Amino acid sequence: METFLQQIINGLTLGSVYALVALGYTMVYGIIGLINFAHGEVVMIGAMVALSVITGLLGSHASLPAVVIILAGLFVAILVCVAIAYSMEKIAYRPLRSAPRLAPLITAIGMSIVLQNVALMVWGRNYRTFPTLITPTPHIIFGAAMTDLQMLIVVLAALLMGGLVLIVQRTRLGIAMRATAQNPQVAGLMGIDINVIISAAFVIGAALAAVAGLMVMAYYGIAHYYMGFLLGLKAFTAAVLGGIGNLAGAMLGGLLLGIIEALGAGYIGDVSNVCGLSSLSDALQQKCADNDGQVSLFGSNYQDVFAFFVLILVLIFRPSGLLGERVADRA
Amino acid sequence: MSLAARRSGIPVHVWAGVALVAIALGVLPFVAALAGQAWVRILNFAMIYTMLALGLNIVVGFAGLLDLGYIAFYAVGAYTYALLASPQFGIHLPFWVILPIGASIACLFGVLLGTPTLKLRGDYLAIVTLGFGEIIRIFLNNLNAPLNFTNGPQGINLIDPFRIGGFSLASTETFFGISFSGPQKYYYMLLLLTIAVIFVNLRLQNSRLGRAWEAIREDEIAAKAMGINTRNVKLLAFAMGASFGGIAGAVFSATQQFISPESFGLFESIIVLAMVVLGGMGNIPGVILGAVLLTLLPEVLRYTMEPLQMALFGRVVIDAETIRLLVFGVALVAIMLFRPAGLWPSAVRKRELEVAKEEAAA
Repeated sequence: METFLQQIINGLTLGSVYALVALGYTMVYGIIGLINFAHGEVVMIGAMVALSVITGLLGSHASLPAVVIILAGLFVAILVCVAIAYSMEKIAYRPLRSAPRLAPLITAIGMSIVLQNVALMVWGRNYRTFPTLITPTPHIIFGAAMTDLQMLIVVLAALLMGGLVLIVQRTRLGIAMRATAQNPQVAGLMGIDINVIISAAFVIGAALAAVAGLMVMAYYGIAHYYMGFLLGLKAFTAAVLGGIGNLAGAMLGGLLLGIIEALGAGYIGDVSNVCGLSSLSDALQQKCADNDGQVSLFGSNYQDVFAFFVLILVLIFRPSGLLGERVADRA
Repeated sequence: MSLAARRSGIPVHVWAGVALVAIALGVLPFVAALAGQAWVRILNFAMIYTMLALGLNIVVGFAGLLDLGYIAFYAVGAYTYALLASPQFGIHLPFWVILPIGASIACLFGVLLGTPTLKLRGDYLAIVTLGFGEIIRIFLNNLNAPLNFTNGPQGINLIDPFRIGGFSLASTETFFGISFSGPQKYYYMLLLLTIAVIFVNLRLQNSRLGRAWEAIREDEIAAKAMGINTRNVKLLAFAMGASFGGIAGAVFSATQQFISPESFGLFESIIVLAMVVLGGMGNIPGVILGAVLLTLLPEVLRYTMEPLQMALFGRVVIDAETIRLLVFGVALVAIMLFRPAGLWPSAVRKRELEVAKEEAAA
């Protein structure tokens, strides 16, 4: 039971990060139908910029309170990410809006490669460690530990998602976004500047990505120029799991994916333990004897398989995701 | 019209052109060898990627199904060859026996992926295929414990080279006073295989099946109304695309004689997709152009970027590996911006794009 609760807590933390990144994918997809492959790299840039600012400030103004330093890092990271996403949309996606559907996908891939290698140039190839500004104090809840960092991540992510829902549901910008998502031509006729709305979607997504980048870096304690790739992939998976183009779906998908992954990693070793089976080959029997009866077919290194497997299963039974509607037919 | 009559109808200058291309392709490995055997290897890779891109073109270009995990079939073909012709299990089957086995296992995986996912549309299909590709890669990476099948991340080494009887393609040999290196001999074998694959693809495109694929790509509901069994035809696209991937994989294994899961990541899938889209989706010459270009471009950049920087700044400002990928990324973006339908689009797509533009303008 403790393991279960522990994995739920870990999954919830990671899931909140996935959800924030997934929102960026889903907003852009909902409005212009583009898989923004470079979004994961924006998360990575956010993490790297925040890291540079924070370590820089720690070197020069070490007396400042940790909160100020982190907020400064976050602020600069958001600015940089927003600038990148805005110009990326303008340079690489806007000219291709009426092009065949796969053309902007290729430019997105190109942008992703460019961003990754720019990061490689600026920050180098090595893993960078995040200074421990927040000492993780574990709080025991029903026998499972939840650090205050984990609480902070979950609460902050929840606040941000709530704020986004408010923006989309209540403000003029939000109404314009939903109108553009439904039908860009008609929205244009109603006096909405579609280009501004699309830029806004990219900008909001990038700001959330910067926060997510800082979160995931603080959680794992490391950052790396390649970290955006898998994170982006998972977040995109989460967006599709929930139903791409649907904000609530992205949040649900993110949280679910995080929890599924954590539970999968926590239990798959025991579930696929072969030593309990009655008929075993001699080689396996020998191995069981060597490893105290613990020989698993699948270890926690199959964590990612689990996520994708669940995704495929969900899509077979609900072909447009958990909360999604039908999408365009053609590739 | 009989075949002979049609052949005689072809003007002489076409035959002359074909002969010239044949001669050029024949001496190419020797020209490339002047710059080093590495370039012959790169040419070989260009041909392997051509086969791979043509296979993906069936799925994406002909049938219009976006597949982001295509490299999985390449991996299946490569590992089939590696496991059946290496010291890993001590099995050493000849290439011609494994090739059909590899193609059919890859085909089986294609059907395995296709059957449950045919209901999915557009980008949902893309992400499921992507997930499938990752699943295959992670399995290859981890199937070394508790029982060792794939040797895990270390990959499989000492794979048998391509052999015909006692004649191995891996060693240097001399015929008619000309010395043929290993990669050069592989070049000719790959050239024959690639031409065969191109031929099959050309025939497929104009076949009943090819036209059915195109109909589904344009409008699935209309295709269904015309009596096309869309489920079977789409499944065939997956199966045939996968088989070509499997063949390319087996050839890759035999050429390289070493494989590891690293060669079959998502990035590779994306690059092959980029070859298809950038060259001109659905158009066979375009896809070949895309494959050759995207194989050569990073290699050319690898050898030119350092001297170029030396000439411009007098020192190496950015290390070659980084700038080569950077330029590659910029090139992808730039080509798509200037030619959204690809470098060499098919006539149908070009026409569609013009209509779409006129509609947008009106």
